[in-house]
Amino acid sequence: MKEIQAGQITELVKKLCIDANYNLGDDVRRRLEDGLETEESPTGKAILEQILENADIARDDQVPMCQDTGFTVVFIELGQDVHVVGGDFNEAINEGVRQGYTEGYLRKSIVDDPIIERKNTKDNTPAVIHTTIVKGDKLKITVAPKGGGSENMSEVKMMKPADGIEGVKEFVIDKVKRSGGNPCPPIVVGVGLGGTFEKCAYLAKKALLRPLGEHNSDPKWSAVEKELLEKINKLGVGPQGLGGRTTALAVNIEAHPCHIASMPAAVNINCHAARHKEGIL
Amino acid sequence: MAEHRIKTPLSDEDVKKMKAGDKVYLSGTLFTARDAAHKRLVDLVKKGQPLPVDVKGQIIYYVGPAPAKPGQPIGSAGPTTSYRMDPYAPTLIERGLKGMIGKGPRGEAVVDSMKKHHAVYLAATGGAAALIAKSVTKSEVVAYEDLGAEAIRKLEVKDMPLIVAQDCHGGNLFEEGVKQYSRA
Repeated sequence: MKEIQAGQITELVKKLCIDANYNLGDDVRRRLEDGLETEESPTGKAILEQILENADIARDDQVPMCQDTGFTVVFIELGQDVHVVGGDFNEAINEGVRQGYTEGYLRKSIVDDPIIERKNTKDNTPAVIHTTIVKGDKLKITVAPKGGGSENMSEVKMMKPADGIEGVKEFVIDKVKRSGGNPCPPIVVGVGLGGTFEKCAYLAKKALLRPLGEHNSDPKWSAVEKELLEKINKLGVGPQGLGGRTTALAVNIEAHPCHIASMPAAVNINCHAARHKEGIL
Repeated sequence: MAEHRIKTPLSDEDVKKMKAGDKVYLSGTLFTARDAAHKRLVDLVKKGQPLPVDVKGQIIYYVGPAPAKPGQPIGSAGPTTSYRMDPYAPTLIERGLKGMIGKGPRGEAVVDSMKKHHAVYLAATGGAAALIAKSVTKSEVVAYEDLGAEAIRKLEVKDMPLIVAQDCHGGNLFEEGVKQYSRA
């Protein structure tokens, strides 16, 4: 049994909120540099150069890469031997978001009522928290700020089993094509397959956490990931949708058992910042 | 692909010169506004009431900046997705708005209005928000302070790097660019 103080959770969440917004991931930077080398469009090249220069400025000046510092999505892997003491678990996370978004000069982008009043909550809470109980005595926290532009281009589709893998590929490729410049290409495409309606969407978002360049461990899915990435980069959408060969940096698939009558498929698109940072208590 | 160094306010001649794909370095005054501010402005127009800012000859930048750190004129300030402002843009273009800066393509009604009244749509690089902020020398809230990040701000900018995405002649880099580089 390991005791973890609620205060430690707050402190780590705060650090990760700021880190994720200021510092581009190394894997993402590498994929952007690869894209710059192979991009054929001069406009596309200029945009990729700006994105990389922007990442340097954000890191050196310690400012957010993007003004949309996102909805704070937090993934927790809570070891079943951990005992959280000294405060409420979920409140500790939200307090970490509150402090991180204040001390980090991050934008507060959450409104309370989604439809009518839409009043800003002023502290970027509440976070969306996904907690999974796992074996062991560690608490792993991943903070993945999610911007509105890319999120708005995402979709869950309850397909027919008869639609098959070709139907899935058509759904994903068509989604990216129709999204155009809106999600800030070059994008990362998270694909969820199977599960239930809400599980499928969750899988698509979880897929965005995988380091770019790493494939699904199941060879049948990694083959589809490679095929989708190649086909998406042939669409010509390019950086910011203004035309080019660098439309997606990666396609990540997460699959799960599903109902005999269903074939759920979900696409969660991430922008070229692909923000997520993790820490372990 | 030409390069233009332009300064606000814009004339019809300035707008007609800019063709889809051209590079632009913009200096002068910009106004910022997003969904909420646009709705308020258009509601005022519908009621026949005066606007808090005069849009004639001006450019609106679709942005909700991050809070400025001490000593900065503005926090990170990249473009938001423009299609959300499509329902409002034609009304402001009719009132003399000459330019819009954002990201992502504009719809048909906006383009028709741009062609009829001579306005241009410029793309700023989404996510290059720290870089773009460096071209802002001054920022002050001039209307709707209650909207926080979505307030209308008056910015002074110097050599802000932009691309002509859709021009007043029907040119559209989103369509032309994608067609040019598609291998599908």
